[in-house]
Amino acid sequence: MVMTAVEAATATHEGLPADLLLDMYTAMLRARRLDERCWILHRQGKIAFHISGMGHEAAQVGIAFAMRRGEDHLLPYYRDLTMVLACGMSPLDVMLGIFGKQGDPSSGGRQMPEHYAHRAKNIYSVSSPVATQVPQAAGVALAEKLRGGDRIAVTCLGEGSTNQGDFHEALTWAGVHKLPLVVVVENNEYAISVPMAKEMAIPHVSDRAVAYGVRGVTVDGLDPIATYLAAREAVDIARSGGGTTLLEARVVRLTPHSSDDDDSTYRSKEDKAALKISDPLPKFRGRLMDAGILSQQHDRELDEQIVDEVNHAHQAAEVAPYPNVEWAAGPVFAP
Amino acid sequence: MGTQVIMPQLGESVVEGKISRWLKQIGEPVKLYEPILEVETDKVTTEVTAAGEGTLLKLYANEGDVVKAGTLIALIGAPNEANNEQAHVTQPEIAASSAEKHNGSSARVSPVVARIAAEHNVDVSLLHGTGEGGRVTKKDILAYIGSPRPQKEGAAMKVEPEKLEAWEQPGLGELFRPTEELFGKAAPTPASSTPIAPVTTPAVTSDAVVPLNNMRKAIADHMVLSKRTSPHVTTVFEVDLSKVAAHRAANKAVFERDGANLTFTPYFAMATIAALKQYPLVNSSWSEAGIALHRAVNLGIAVSLGEEGLIVPVIKNADSLNLLGLARAVNDLADRARRQQLKPDEVQGGTFTMTNHGTSGSLFATPIINQPQCGILGVGLIQKRVVVVTQNEVDAIAIRPMVYLGLTFDHRILDGNSADNFVATIKQRLETWT
Amino acid sequence: MTDKTLIEGVREALDEELARDDSVFITGEDVGPRGGVFRATLGLFDKYGPTRVIDAPLAELSIVAVGIGAAMNGLRPICEVQFADFIQPAYNQIVNEAARMYYRTGGTFAVPLVIRTPYGGGIGGGLYHSQSIEATYAHVPGLKVVIPSNPYDAKGLLKSAVRDNNPVLFLEPKKGYRLIKGDVPDGEYTVPIGQAQITRPGSDISVYAYGMMHYYCQQAAEEVAQDGVDVELIDLRTLNPLDKDTVLNSFKKTGKALIVYEDNRFLGYGAEIAALLAEEGFNSMDAPIMRVAGPDVPGVPYSHPLQDWFMPNPQKIANAMRKLARY
Repeated sequence: MVMTAVEAATATHEGLPADLLLDMYTAMLRARRLDERCWILHRQGKIAFHISGMGHEAAQVGIAFAMRRGEDHLLPYYRDLTMVLACGMSPLDVMLGIFGKQGDPSSGGRQMPEHYAHRAKNIYSVSSPVATQVPQAAGVALAEKLRGGDRIAVTCLGEGSTNQGDFHEALTWAGVHKLPLVVVVENNEYAISVPMAKEMAIPHVSDRAVAYGVRGVTVDGLDPIATYLAAREAVDIARSGGGTTLLEARVVRLTPHSSDDDDSTYRSKEDKAALKISDPLPKFRGRLMDAGILSQQHDRELDEQIVDEVNHAHQAAEVAPYPNVEWAAGPVFAP
Repeated sequence: MGTQVIMPQLGESVVEGKISRWLKQIGEPVKLYEPILEVETDKVTTEVTAAGEGTLLKLYANEGDVVKAGTLIALIGAPNEANNEQAHVTQPEIAASSAEKHNGSSARVSPVVARIAAEHNVDVSLLHGTGEGGRVTKKDILAYIGSPRPQKEGAAMKVEPEKLEAWEQPGLGELFRPTEELFGKAAPTPASSTPIAPVTTPAVTSDAVVPLNNMRKAIADHMVLSKRTSPHVTTVFEVDLSKVAAHRAANKAVFERDGANLTFTPYFAMATIAALKQYPLVNSSWSEAGIALHRAVNLGIAVSLGEEGLIVPVIKNADSLNLLGLARAVNDLADRARRQQLKPDEVQGGTFTMTNHGTSGSLFATPIINQPQCGILGVGLIQKRVVVVTQNEVDAIAIRPMVYLGLTFDHRILDGNSADNFVATIKQRLETWT
Repeated sequence: MTDKTLIEGVREALDEELARDDSVFITGEDVGPRGGVFRATLGLFDKYGPTRVIDAPLAELSIVAVGIGAAMNGLRPICEVQFADFIQPAYNQIVNEAARMYYRTGGTFAVPLVIRTPYGGGIGGGLYHSQSIEATYAHVPGLKVVIPSNPYDAKGLLKSAVRDNNPVLFLEPKKGYRLIKGDVPDGEYTVPIGQAQITRPGSDISVYAYGMMHYYCQQAAEEVAQDGVDVELIDLRTLNPLDKDTVLNSFKKTGKALIVYEDNRFLGYGAEIAALLAEEGFNSMDAPIMRVAGPDVPGVPYSHPLQDWFMPNPQKIANAMRKLARY
């Protein structure tokens, strides 16, 4: 059953408007197609490195759409492709960074791929040492609170990174100062090759929240609607002065850790086959089709448009010039 | 016991052929090495000759059938053997079209071998078969699976033979190899000495990129393939066209009345065709099984389509045409080529090609062979030149219409001497035209 | 103009900057009602309240990191680390994050952050209350390192640090907090970062120092003057970015250089000055470049005679000055 325009405009599914769900789906699809293109480019030897977010799309879209995208402060990590695209970065922005070209908004070609930043969209710079963004996010949130602003800070990291001291110190501040902060843990159960059971002796990362006096929630990160609802609650609480939520979204990492990782050394073929079944993208697609919100035709059109976007971004980035070598020399200090 | 006619393997990767024409009917006598049928493959149309003498007793495939190489298609023998053959006949395998999976081997894969191969992810075409005709038997594949295969010490798991997406292929497992290994030279040139402020809008500059259309792609692919396939050598002769020019002047009006615009092209065509009959080795195609001599002379004439590219319509059985017929054929094909009205059949099946590059001013050139042919004749600009003529042992200077003919030939098939003889024949024909 | 101590110079700077700019705030352990363990923030909590002077948890990493985040979101934090010896948990955030942020974002994210911390020995502090850390941090591009040697500069340089749009590590010589006194004007003035100062013009030898050691060098210079050694004394003040011109110009004049620092000798800050002089001042060189520095042992020992053995003092410095002058 395919809807008419009027039906679509007023349709809801599980209490959410159809066009919101379609936007979320589109955002997931866009990230996925861009991600796939990056893998292909790497295997073709055209880019040096790629670290992927496949399997995380549903969780990231649920959280992004619960925020004031582009306004609230976002401190993402390297797997947050869906998140940064949803919050206002373009596929070209991402591609320029991956190719290390002039005009890369994240770093002007100085940082590795997927080290996103975008000042205008309030996307803070991704670092390589993990979890450093979490206490910085606490600082961002603290400044917001001290200033009496109404924006919140959202930061994301993997479950392995929650073992860093940075994480714990950040939550200390968050709890003591009731910071307007959401700390999102995208738990895909692998820190490169180390499984969750070797990283922590607790079944949920959100169990850590109680130790710091903050809210702890675990949600199915493969379900964008469930994640969206949980994120909206966390965001509302943060914005209204209710303090911090540690929001754990359970996701899957469909790919090796990075383009250089050989995950066959620690994940069996059966494991990986089972993962594919959990792929949130086709699951959401199916769900929307069953609800009559998305048709095959529409999906095809979306896909074509998106692949077109990706093609344009890819080609434009490939022909864009490299930064002049003088750019490597500085400036080092702000004026 | 008669002689079996087996569908041959006509090319390295040619696994089947279409029977386009039986040249003999049942009951007809067949001599040793006499052609008995024509087979069309995606590379070449060729004749299959008899390996024995006798009468054509049985046909096991019809015209139009696509038959796998190695299949029995006919039987030749003594007339009275016709009725005794049933017991020894093996059913031909009529292959379906492209639905059939080709693993690059011409031998059949039995069901048990196919099952074992699928279970163990083995590519059967890589195996050595000890069965009939090189077939991989069950024993062969079990032996292959059972035998220990050399493993690299400490190697990461190999990429599966099945097609994996880029993100399903494991990485090397080595993080951050030296950049030189990835990119060769580092990124370009130091430019200005002023530091660049961060740019927020992307600065995209490129020269115009002309997208490739299908014809361009097809031409490109063919040219590259041709050069890779044949060792190309070009030999150039100079021809005095005064006799041809005289003939043309005398006959142009008559031909016009008969509906043909008489250009120089039909003259070159006729001379070439005659030379091809005299030197059949030039009217051929290379194959690992042997040089396939084409009985028909299908002459391709390259037609330029300007910026769009070029196309080669083929005059089939050009040896059956006289000058008028050739003139008409050339006119017609060139005309329809430019209007893009050629039929697919008309651009296939050529055995030799002529190209008139002189019409655009070129004196001589080194054209690229139109695969799978043996040679291509380039005709240059017809130009009045000063030449030395000798009459009664007296040298004099004359002004003659001269042209360079360049033959590019496949040096696998022809040597310089035979190629030159061929062109010399053309020259001789043109210079003695009456 | 009144005589104030170095710590009073620090406190005045903090007070005046808090008053001048609403985006400035202070955080650190015990900075609130306690007024800081060295009384650097005495009275500021009462004056400006808990939103401007914020007691931090015992967690140096996050004291700095929260500062980084707040700085990126429009405020100007002054983060106190109680002792330089305890700054190392924050090393990652300082060196990998604060220092690199501007460069790594192509200039789109700046970190206007001040990290203040007392450093140096001679106060009976043992291994973990006496360390000098400047070499490690001055080594990092993107981080400014400033060390005042007197109350006037303490106030003026700290004000400049707060107003600087880059991360500044402000190292305060704790031995001199109450020991060093000097004229400090009330009210507004600044001392520029990135400029050394010739505190004693001379003609025989160039002596380069900073922090507590500069104070000792002043005394040593007076002493050797009586022996006819005319010392030109340079207070480096900013270790990074270094005022190379002042350093080299003095060396051109005298041809003889002595660098004094209390940090371990090997790979200490003076090694860089020595390399600079050798490389760019070679034609002026009239004597080997000398250093007076702390010995290469893992820390300043507690027991009094052991500490004295470790620490450079006016006597050791004067001996070196004479030796250099004699060459």
